[in-house]
Amino acid sequence: MDGIHDMGGMHGFGRVEPEANEPVFHAKWEGRCLALNRAMGAIGAWSIDAGRAGIEELPPAVYLARSYYGKWALRLQNMVIARGLAGADEIAAGHALRRGEPPPRTFGIADVSRTLNRGSYSRPASAPARFKVGERVRTKNIHPPTHTRLPRYARGRVGVIEAVRGCHVFPDTSAIGAGENPQWLYTVLFDGRELWGENTDPTLKVSIEAFEPYLEPA
Amino acid sequence: MTHDHDHDDHHDDHPPHGSELSEMQLRVRAIETVLAEKGYIDPAALDGMIEAYETRIGPHIGARLVAKAWTDPAFKRALIEDASKAIRAFGVVDRVGDHLIAVENTPKLHNMIVCTLCSCYPWDVLGLPPVWYKSSPYRSRAVNDPRGVLADFGVTLPPDSEIRVWDSTAETRFIVLPMRPAGTEGWSEEQLAALVTRDCMIGTGLPKNPLPKHPKDIA
Repeated sequence: MDGIHDMGGMHGFGRVEPEANEPVFHAKWEGRCLALNRAMGAIGAWSIDAGRAGIEELPPAVYLARSYYGKWALRLQNMVIARGLAGADEIAAGHALRRGEPPPRTFGIADVSRTLNRGSYSRPASAPARFKVGERVRTKNIHPPTHTRLPRYARGRVGVIEAVRGCHVFPDTSAIGAGENPQWLYTVLFDGRELWGENTDPTLKVSIEAFEPYLEPA
Repeated sequence: MTHDHDHDDHHDDHPPHGSELSEMQLRVRAIETVLAEKGYIDPAALDGMIEAYETRIGPHIGARLVAKAWTDPAFKRALIEDASKAIRAFGVVDRVGDHLIAVENTPKLHNMIVCTLCSCYPWDVLGLPPVWYKSSPYRSRAVNDPRGVLADFGVTLPPDSEIRVWDSTAETRFIVLPMRPAGTEGWSEEQLAALVTRDCMIGTGLPKNPLPKHPKDIA
């Protein structure tokens, strides 16, 4: 999706402003919001990829205007409603008006430690990796209207395979409920000038983590 | 308009919205109540997760890994080879997730980590990302003006140093292994870990300078 979330290389956002002694959360609701989102992921209400798509689908003006956890709260609300886990009327009322459907699995205290460690996204490969370390590749010029992890600034560019990272869940299909469809994952290294033009800092190199369907031989 | 200011809300990644705090408090509370009443979540489990991020999981974990890499060449080799596996094998810290990749700074190479598409970050070794890491300025500029971003952090690299930006576009996660500061010969892992900042493990900072004299005194 060519959305506002795909920010690499955009101009006009200004300086980076680090905050000294930043707290983990700036308000209590931020922690509740983080934990609620993680909990719903942990009980399988949606995949990590569908969750990211849920953020990307917020209207661009909302995306830019809301804080980070503000976006998470809107995503959570949209997704529980879209999946029929809660009704807009219930959230407006602040109370459940009906029973959970389907019968829910509860995210409980015993699940906490499991969610604090990231799971593995490696999957068995059904075919050998198409590309080898050192090989030149070109990223495809694709513009799917749905979730993808190939950023716009790195489409149609020539780079070099720097590492083969194994076979992983493919976000582009996972996000839309079309299955894990595991694909080989590579670190692809680009010269800064290939991405940003001849006047770019010659010492700059940028890599992306690219799934095999994003790549073709160069 | 009344604002509920029990917490500071003006340090966010966007211009302050006085109404967001109370609006979001109410919205999140309503969603939590509905999901708990329907049996999807136990609110006490949310407390446990929040408590872990507020008290146990943070950059001190990454700092221990860096300090050990600075003092134990075998661990450093293993960390660069496969960070998740090395951390499990050496038992330096509790289990970390899969796909962690450690990238090493040298006098000729500086690494910086970003996620231009969202906010991917090595949570289990650095905790939750700071607001600036998730902000539009950082996500937009890190990939085409990393030296400008470093200037925002007060960091200047030698002009001939290669700068390498890793965009975290998949489930692989990156941690920068910074260079060990000069003047720390003979320091313990604990002393060294105190020099390792969160930002130097993201690549937007450098380790703290060791005190010029009496390094043992800071232990």
